[in-house]
Amino acid sequence: MGNKQTIFTDEQLDAYQDCTFFTRKEILRLHGRYHELAPHLVPMDYTNEPDCKVPLALIVNMPELKENPFRNRIVESFSEDGMGNLSFNEFVDMFSVLSEMAPRELKAIYAFKIYDFNVDNYLCKEDLEKTLNRLTKEELTPEEVQLVCEKAIEEADLDGDSKLSFADFENMITRAPDFLR
Amino acid sequence: ASPVARDSSFPSSGEMAALKEEVEEKKKLIATLRNKPWRMKRRLTLLKEAQDFVEKFEGALGKGKGRKLFAFKVMMAKKLIKLKRDFENFKTACIPWEGKIKDVESHFGSSVASYFIFLRWMYGLNMVLLGLMFGLVVVPEVLMGLPYGSIPRKTVPREEQATAMDYSTLTDFEGYFKYSILFYGYYNNERQIGLLKFRLPLSYLLVGVGIFGYSLMVVIRTMARNANEGGDGGDEGDFTFSWKMFTSWDYLIGNPETADNKYASITTSFKESIVDEQMNQKDENIHLRRFLRVLANVLILCSLGGSGYLIYYVVKRSQVFANMNKDDLTWMEKNEVEFVMSLLGLVCPPLFEAIAELEDYHPRIALKWQLGRIFALFLGNLYTFLFALFDEVNAKLESEKDIKNATILALNEYAANYSSYYNTTNVPPQNVHPADVIRGPCWETAVGKEFVKLTVSDIQVTYLTILVGDFLRAVIVRFLNYCWCWDLEAGFPSYGEFDISGNVLGLIFNQGMIWMGAFYAPGLVGLNILRLLSSMYYQTWAVMCTNVPHERVFKASGSNNFYMGLLLLVLFLSLLPVVYTIMTLSPSFDCGPFSGQEKMYDVVMETIDQDLPAFIGNIFVYATNPGLIMPAVLLMVLALYYLNAVSKGYQQANIDLKKKMQMAREEEKNRRNNKDSTNQVMKDLEDLLPNKSLIPPPAEEDRSPKVKPGAAGKGVHLQRDVSLAAPNPRDPVTRDPGPRRGPPENARGPQPGQD
Repeated sequence: MGNKQTIFTDEQLDAYQDCTFFTRKEILRLHGRYHELAPHLVPMDYTNEPDCKVPLALIVNMPELKENPFRNRIVESFSEDGMGNLSFNEFVDMFSVLSEMAPRELKAIYAFKIYDFNVDNYLCKEDLEKTLNRLTKEELTPEEVQLVCEKAIEEADLDGDSKLSFADFENMITRAPDFLR
Repeated sequence: ASPVARDSSFPSSGEMAALKEEVEEKKKLIATLRNKPWRMKRRLTLLKEAQDFVEKFEGALGKGKGRKLFAFKVMMAKKLIKLKRDFENFKTACIPWEGKIKDVESHFGSSVASYFIFLRWMYGLNMVLLGLMFGLVVVPEVLMGLPYGSIPRKTVPREEQATAMDYSTLTDFEGYFKYSILFYGYYNNERQIGLLKFRLPLSYLLVGVGIFGYSLMVVIRTMARNANEGGDGGDEGDFTFSWKMFTSWDYLIGNPETADNKYASITTSFKESIVDEQMNQKDENIHLRRFLRVLANVLILCSLGGSGYLIYYVVKRSQVFANMNKDDLTWMEKNEVEFVMSLLGLVCPPLFEAIAELEDYHPRIALKWQLGRIFALFLGNLYTFLFALFDEVNAKLESEKDIKNATILALNEYAANYSSYYNTTNVPPQNVHPADVIRGPCWETAVGKEFVKLTVSDIQVTYLTILVGDFLRAVIVRFLNYCWCWDLEAGFPSYGEFDISGNVLGLIFNQGMIWMGAFYAPGLVGLNILRLLSSMYYQTWAVMCTNVPHERVFKASGSNNFYMGLLLLVLFLSLLPVVYTIMTLSPSFDCGPFSGQEKMYDVVMETIDQDLPAFIGNIFVYATNPGLIMPAVLLMVLALYYLNAVSKGYQQANIDLKKKMQMAREEEKNRRNNKDSTNQVMKDLEDLLPNKSLIPPPAEEDRSPKVKPGAAGKGVHLQRDVSLAAPNPRDPVTRDPGPRRGPPENARGPQPGQD
């Protein structure tokens, strides 16, 4: 479109536009942010698809994520190795899902992954306890934590195995009025 | 003749169809690729594959007949996709103030930002209204109509010319402002003006009505969109804890202070829910509570009535003042009405909040009551103002009749003098300078003037409140803190919080006033645009600079449609006065585009008669026939009734399904835990089962036929056999059900067919 950028080939940009919810300008801006995180690690020229990953510690310091109690889990869910090191593809993917243009169903899937601390595809009681403690910065007493987790499982668990599978989670979250934020 | 030699790579028609399907599938995949929860690399490879496949075989499909056309179609489709994508990019780049709003969002959470998003939406709406009004009414009049000073309605009268440029006159919207495009009175009633034969009066009427139509469409469309996205409130009790746990964090917060507040509010909210859960709140002294609530409502009704009366009184006084000499009035007396209305808008809401303390409602319910009361206050004020205004209008219409008679008298006198002086009967038209002609009172301009003054004073009050209430307060707290006895920041004044509901309601009512006044004062829409623009910058600056995040950071969702609903209501209520005027009141005889007509809508009739072909006139005559309108109305009522019934049916089906799901859940749980069923219905069924201790001992043979077949006999364990279905298999069912076996072994009742 007249921009003389040399970071990506036009085909790459078109492919990104098809695979995410972002426009061309936004993808370029994302690359800028990605580069800022680790200028020595991230090359400016992505035309030959270099394979570099930015470590977790640098990503969770982004201002958008810094205050989020689940920042580590968010980054881990989008990383291929599960340790939180994101390549640019995964970085873009993460922000695409978190953006406001992503549909509810997609966000529900990733939300489930984020809250699943022990990565077993179920939200068991320990996962809920960890979630709650992160949310309240451990201000609740252990009895209160137990009570809340039990109530939450009781409310959402449909098949009665005292942990939340994805179907339970999805059923509960799609009705929530506050979910999209 | 030999058959056409076929290309060996040309697929048969059956293969072509299959291929076409596959190509369509791949295309669908490409379109929905971003919605799939796959890793990026996988998506990219799949995208490449799909695109290559589509390219390769779309070419193949194009071979044979119509290949050129097919290739052309494919190319056009590709170009269209590219065009759409570029347009989307452009549209996103065009959205104004996105960065500013995101900034506010990260500091204050999504609820405060929702106010600014609403403001931006209003701005968009008003831009379209501005385009309509200015493009179709103001600009034609300015370009193609007569200039200032050429006819009486466009000229400042001789008596006023001395003071026409004074600041005080201008702020009162008299003088040059009154006789300008800002107000209704300036517009000429010539049927067609300029080279293009532009029909200004018709355009004025249609734009006036079209503004409402467009606003209605946009508001309803936004409401429908919100309803789809947000989902309904649902049953709030069902998932309280799960929702609190998974959806209470606001992922858009980027500021440590806000984050701390959010943690605190989440913790408090959890503690509240825990307390709610643990203790059943007994209604202590329900009579006292009811009495207090009734008392509170009575007090509030009194204050609402009081404020309505105050406004009526003040408007009546302003009519008296209008008849006195302008120079004798103080500023206070001139602007009394606006001052009082703004003051009421400032003072009453906190008053309502204080009275609401008596009621002791749950905070969410209390907020709804508060908003409802503020709404009633504004509404009452506005309508009292309108009624008082209409009294004034009627008075003006009366005086207009007198002036009309006086003018005719003067004209006759002049004609008589002239003919008697020069002894001719051919009297040339009176050559009077436009500034000297006797003017009618022009009630529409007066009404428009009132609305403009009200809007201006509203703007002034809002800005002043922000300046004093927020900025000055912040400065004082910040700088006096060094030399004050108690901690100003934590204690009494501290920094202000952004009052979301107050601001949103103010915005809604401002828009209502614009809708009402736009018909009488076309310039009002332009004024509103300026106001919204400056509001955006001013308020974003004020919020970032002087406000602190709320202590209880709460979410924006759920209230979105509530505010839209209020806006819709206000739209209807502002439609009524305008429609009433168009239909019943007669326009002034010497000012505005409808002067000379009996009623304003006569312009439309005239156009139909004179400009449109005859058969359209006939269509309108038939269409307005009561015989046609009655059945049409009846049909609409029936359609409404039908849709209502269908929707009720769906709701009922929904409720039934939910109940079924709930029962299934409970049964599963109980079966797993081997507990008794807690469902009341199941318990009742259990009770209805025959009591084994009442069965007499089987001494006689002839007793057995009396036992019903299939009934549980002796030695039945009531607990296990309550459920008649087989226990739920843990694995998915992969085999067909086996041959039907007899009833389970426990049942000792007589087998069917046996004795």
